[in-house]
Amino acid sequence: MKNNQYGVTVITTLAVILTMAFSATGTAQLKLNGAGATFPYVIYSKWFDVYHGKTGIEFNYQSIGSGGGVKQVIEGTVDFGATDGPMSDEQLAEAKKKRGTEVLHIPTVMGAVAVTYNLPEAGTDLRLTPDVLAGIFLGEITMWNDGKIAAVNPGKALPEEGIIVAHRSDGSGTTHIFSDYLAKVSRKWNDKVGRGKSLKWPVGLGGKGNEGVAGIIKQSEGSIGYVELAYAVQNKLPYVALKNRAGEYVLPTFEAVSAAAAGAIKDMPGDLRVSITDADGKGAYPISGFTWLLVYKSMKDQAKKKAMGDFLTWAMTDGQSYAKDLYYAPLPAEVVQLCNRKIDAITGK
Amino acid sequence: MNIGDWLFKNLTRLFAVLVLAIVALMAWEMIRGSGASIGEFGWGFLTSSEWDPVQDLYGALPFIYGTVVSSLIALAIALPLSLGSAIFLSEIAPRWIEGPVAFMVELLAAIPSIVYGLWGMFVLVPWLRASVEPVISKNLGFIPLFRGAPYGFGMLAAGIILAIMILPIITSISRDVLRAIPGTQREAALALGATKWESTRIILASGKSGFLGATLLGLGRAVGETMAVTMVIGNRPEISLSLFDPGYSMASVIANEFAEATTEMYTSALIEIALVLFVVTLVLNAFARFIVWSVTKTSGGSR
Repeated sequence: MKNNQYGVTVITTLAVILTMAFSATGTAQLKLNGAGATFPYVIYSKWFDVYHGKTGIEFNYQSIGSGGGVKQVIEGTVDFGATDGPMSDEQLAEAKKKRGTEVLHIPTVMGAVAVTYNLPEAGTDLRLTPDVLAGIFLGEITMWNDGKIAAVNPGKALPEEGIIVAHRSDGSGTTHIFSDYLAKVSRKWNDKVGRGKSLKWPVGLGGKGNEGVAGIIKQSEGSIGYVELAYAVQNKLPYVALKNRAGEYVLPTFEAVSAAAAGAIKDMPGDLRVSITDADGKGAYPISGFTWLLVYKSMKDQAKKKAMGDFLTWAMTDGQSYAKDLYYAPLPAEVVQLCNRKIDAITGK
Repeated sequence: MNIGDWLFKNLTRLFAVLVLAIVALMAWEMIRGSGASIGEFGWGFLTSSEWDPVQDLYGALPFIYGTVVSSLIALAIALPLSLGSAIFLSEIAPRWIEGPVAFMVELLAAIPSIVYGLWGMFVLVPWLRASVEPVISKNLGFIPLFRGAPYGFGMLAAGIILAIMILPIITSISRDVLRAIPGTQREAALALGATKWESTRIILASGKSGFLGATLLGLGRAVGETMAVTMVIGNRPEISLSLFDPGYSMASVIANEFAEATTEMYTSALIEIALVLFVVTLVLNAFARFIVWSVTKTSGGSR
């Protein structure tokens, strides 16, 4: 009896597997594999899901981190990659040598880094200038009642309390954008610390992930740190209004991020690898950045090539409307235009 | 020989060899993977405090220090607690208490480390920051160990979390050691007119190396713990005498930075840290095995 049951189970399982296998080959599904950044994972999975429903083309995306995405694109183990920080010239040259075709950067959406804090006395409308922010993260400004902070926050009674700096301890695109901004606005930061996904921090405590940094900030009065804008908005953390190049104090909002991209458009290089931190322009939030898909300019598999091109075209049009609900800033029209030109280069239009 | 016997013998032999092969392969892969870093920094890797991914300069000392010190704090706290409860459970407590309490202690070992980490972050750290550290530094601040700003996050928090995590393993092994000591010893001591305390001391003396083995196994677990530590230690690669200051551990830095390590040297340096950790754990475990083996050899026959 027992054996019999076992036999039945095996046969049913086999039947199920076989049906699945046949149905898969029956529709001749196209499948594109990708890997990379974790930051845009939420919108990418939404896009891939919606697009699969529309066209039946399947995307398999693994959010293993930007560094891993770049490595896999160079090695050619994926059909596309994704990154928060553009590939370096050396990496592009290596990819071209190994893959025999160029790797293109296509911006998809934008994100920003919010500077968040825990200081009940300061309310929710603290203002900072680039100098002061750099000073705090360099460990030069150590008290909340420092004259430099008071000078940009007139009328606020700031307490005589030590500043606790919180930063990411894991390698992260968020840290890259944040340090890229500080390196632009502070020569001292540029010389002493520099920019990167992981840094040698002059001061502060490290937290793992956005939630780790937010955890430190929530637990420690007098702390200040940075998290992804999406994370700050979802968790209703108070954030700093930063002074931009136009001299305005700007809060990180989706409009302000899009404005930063629009402001950077005139300096946009042909390959769209551009940092838009400390961007010019009215209403631009200065710690903003693109996230890119990495695609091969020519692919041997014509069906995949067409699918990739079609998908990117869709992402630039219908796809953008999903951005705000998922706490990403959509691309401004000017950038979409530049992207479409790149996409045409792939599809050969 | 029977074909079944032959198959059984060789199959099990294959499994045993496979386990060894996996360890050897891991060691080989780590040595190979850290080649670039070993070539660049040599022995200086172990003594340098510089950890700067932007400049591609790496040294492991703060991580080694963090791992060793947080584990030692954990031992200092967990050892008296575990030994005390093991003695109580096996020597003093009546049966109906021993069973449930021993079960609860072992239950502690089943809690995932991320849960300990969350508890540490949301309960332990604020408590240390608000109530414990200010009081200690006010009264004992003249000792360098207790100086500095009370962040809550830091070496002390990591040590306390680790202590709770290694408590079950030390307790349950110590209890097994105590139970392995023949009852005749207790009876002999009592027959000579020894008090309960005196007879327990005699028992403890004969279980000494067993307790050492238990301690070392606990230490091994503390050294390798990753998630809970990284959530409370402050993740700052710096060597500071004060237990209130943040630190960093070997396992934590690998978990934190490996996924986004982009340059070859960076990856290589992280793999070398893994190699150092591997060697430390291997040595500790070998030592523990040896001690446990020596105690069972002397007391095993009299069961």
